[in-house]
Amino acid sequence: MAEITSMSRGQKNYLQKLRRDSQIVRLIRILIFLVFLALWEGSARLGLIDSFIFSSPSQVVMAMYHMILDGTLAVHTGVTIWETIASFALVTVFGVAIAVLLWCFPKLSSILEPYLVVLNSLPKSALAPLLIVWLGSNIKTIIVAGLSVAIFGAILNLYTGFCGTDPDKLKLISTLRGTKKDALFKVVLPSSVPLILSIMKVNIGLCLIGVVIGEMIGSKRGLGYLIIYSSQVFKLDTMIMSIVILCIIAAVLYSLINVAEKKYRKHF
Amino acid sequence: MDTPLLEVKDVSYAYHTKSGETPALSHISFSVEKGEFLAIVGPSGCGKSTLLDMLCGLLTPEEGEILLNGKPLSESVTNIGYMLQKDHLFEWRTIYSNVLLGLEIQKKNSPNAREKVNHLLADYGLDKFRESRPSQLSGGMRQRAALIRTLALEPDLLLLDEPFSALDYQTRLSVGDDIGKIIKREEKTAILVTHDISEAISMADRVIILGKRPAAIKKIIPIVLTIDNRTPFTSRSAPEFKNYFNEIWKELNHNG
Repeated sequence: MAEITSMSRGQKNYLQKLRRDSQIVRLIRILIFLVFLALWEGSARLGLIDSFIFSSPSQVVMAMYHMILDGTLAVHTGVTIWETIASFALVTVFGVAIAVLLWCFPKLSSILEPYLVVLNSLPKSALAPLLIVWLGSNIKTIIVAGLSVAIFGAILNLYTGFCGTDPDKLKLISTLRGTKKDALFKVVLPSSVPLILSIMKVNIGLCLIGVVIGEMIGSKRGLGYLIIYSSQVFKLDTMIMSIVILCIIAAVLYSLINVAEKKYRKHF
Repeated sequence: MDTPLLEVKDVSYAYHTKSGETPALSHISFSVEKGEFLAIVGPSGCGKSTLLDMLCGLLTPEEGEILLNGKPLSESVTNIGYMLQKDHLFEWRTIYSNVLLGLEIQKKNSPNAREKVNHLLADYGLDKFRESRPSQLSGGMRQRAALIRTLALEPDLLLLDEPFSALDYQTRLSVGDDIGKIIKREEKTAILVTHDISEAISMADRVIILGKRPAAIKKIIPIVLTIDNRTPFTSRSAPEFKNYFNEIWKELNHNG
């Protein structure tokens, strides 16, 4: 890199300032977290808050430690992650497939549009009890619950994106004597990759929501179940721990897709 | 004389919307001989692009007929290449695979065809950029790549829909010159649609002047320039250039 060796002083200063700024941001982020933990732990120990109701960081860590030892934590976490990934995969496949179908048959899409809009705005938690009655209290139901939260929005957003393809690019395909299939595979889908990735980022979170709702209502395993169970037996340590783990799962899954997106952007 | 390559006979067309119809073209007739370069000028929005869309078969005339080599457009085997206003090179493909797009779509991506594309890329200075992304090329080079994408299909007739209008003036002059030379060298028949009078005179053997919407032909002017080695660029310094310009200008601004 020739630029680095021959960098001017102004450029060096500028880069240094950028680096310092991002360091400060990171430092303050960590500091906020530590201060929050210290305040929480301190006020629990001093009796300012009732640690039976509010728990405390050390109690949460202890609860986690015991559940790691007896292996239950791995089971619950594993089940939730697996269900989320399964429903996310289904949302992605079906979302793209149905959106493509709608794009191919505009009449079909204008017929189905009001149904999709209603289903999309429906609070999906209302569906969960119904799904349990229909499909039984098992992992299938939970995956469908996760799917139901994300799928309609995914279809609508993807379809809108497909329809927004530059008409001149489609005209180019026609001038080259291409068919609708060529337009789909050579223009619509490749140009929609960034859109698909950004919709996936939203969907992974939505699937997690659906899965946890499903687990809360009709499951004997998973973090959603753990939250409901521990609230019923007043084990607030376990409950808060489950929420913390959900935060971590959400962050990790999101950043996985983020990495995929960055890789794609770098490629182009 | 042989049948002309293209015959347009009394073609009319109107756009239909809920609120009514907009006539775009009315009773257009002309013909193009093999190897000829024809320019069509007219005020913007007069239906020039509609005419090209019809020649390419994207639209069907409501009245009249279009014959290619004496046969109706739909039965004709003659290949038509269409160059749009923008290059529309796909950012997710390399220049090479962009250029192969037409061959891919028409399932003609044979070693022979690729050989020809390689020649075109080499001849027109895009060899080094085969693996580049379109965004790495200048506007002029992108337009060349778009032309090669069109030429790869070996069209007998080339339609150019203001292919330089997205470029700045200086690039426009040199790319116009460039593309004009390439078309002459490949001995293609071409129809250029433009609203730029000097561009039309500099490139064409004949200029068709269209009136305001609904467009009808106002006049057809053959361009004869007394210069050696005519290229689009040298044409501009021909002594007759100014006269043609004034004639077309008057015709365009004449009420009608």
